[in-house]
Amino acid sequence: MDSLTYIAIISIITAGITTALGTMLPAFAEGKAIVAALTSLAQQPDASSTITRTLFVGLAMIESTAIYCFVVSMIVLFANPFWNYALTQAAGK
Amino acid sequence: MHLSPDEIIFWQSGFIKLNATIVFTWLLMLLLVIGSRLITRHLSQNISRSRWQNLLELIITNIEQQLKEVGLQQPRIYIDFLGTLFLFVAVASLSTIIPGFEPPTGSLSTTVALASAVFIAVPLYGITRQGIVSYLQSYMQPTIIMLPFNLIGEVSRTIALAVRLFGNMMSGALIIAILVAITPLLFPIVMTLLGLLTGIVQAYIFFILAAVYIAAATGANEPDRQQKSH
Repeated sequence: MDSLTYIAIISIITAGITTALGTMLPAFAEGKAIVAALTSLAQQPDASSTITRTLFVGLAMIESTAIYCFVVSMIVLFANPFWNYALTQAAGK
Repeated sequence: MHLSPDEIIFWQSGFIKLNATIVFTWLLMLLLVIGSRLITRHLSQNISRSRWQNLLELIITNIEQQLKEVGLQQPRIYIDFLGTLFLFVAVASLSTIIPGFEPPTGSLSTTVALASAVFIAVPLYGITRQGIVSYLQSYMQPTIIMLPFNLIGEVSRTIALAVRLFGNMMSGALIIAILVAITPLLFPIVMTLLGLLTGIVQAYIFFILAAVYIAAATGANEPDRQQKSH
């Protein structure tokens, strides 16, 4: 197999694994955050606005790591510099 | 499929390109400036006021409230910068309702520009509030060994701001584009709704994070417990 095929195979597998990890692990973390927020809401409903706001800010921070994984997957799939370079090499031959 | 509005070019001469990001940013600027100018032309102070003035007062009051809760006790000083951040990103997300409109925050250039503005504003506000010596000393808190980590932390949270906003906006547009190719009628509408929600949430997150960074830089304390209403 030549290098073009290698690059394609590894890019596809990497994109899949990145997306898989990027969806599973932040989901665990967000679940734990929401559990903690719901428990404290049940104990102190008066502070609901503070708790809700802190929950959303925390969720956005966790979500941003998922977004990093998504962005890297998109770059690997659609704007892959190694693939483009190898294509120009193969076209030049 | 295009990943960002940078790839749609309306006009080009030499190396100056007028792409969709710039054009949509100009349209948003026109909308915000002309809209607020028209509304604030005849401000009234008594009970009867136009509904648009009511809307603007609602928005401003709530932004001030949020800034006070974060710890900035005099929100009027910061509200022009932070309020503009929130309004720009929020109106950019809401305007995706208009067909053919791509949010300019879906391009990395816009989000890096906004994050760079925050990166410059944080030391600026810190130095004007605390004085330059006291602000620079805050980098050495709690010990001087933390100095490189604090500096790297400044840069990395700016990058995180930019990539978070870009990733959320881009993923919303990309999901809708992919779904339109697969199941044209129902799911793109649902995903557009989700895109609106995440757009507003991300605008709020950007604004609150910038406010928290500025509050940390100006050495703000927690708001008084007695001031909390209802």
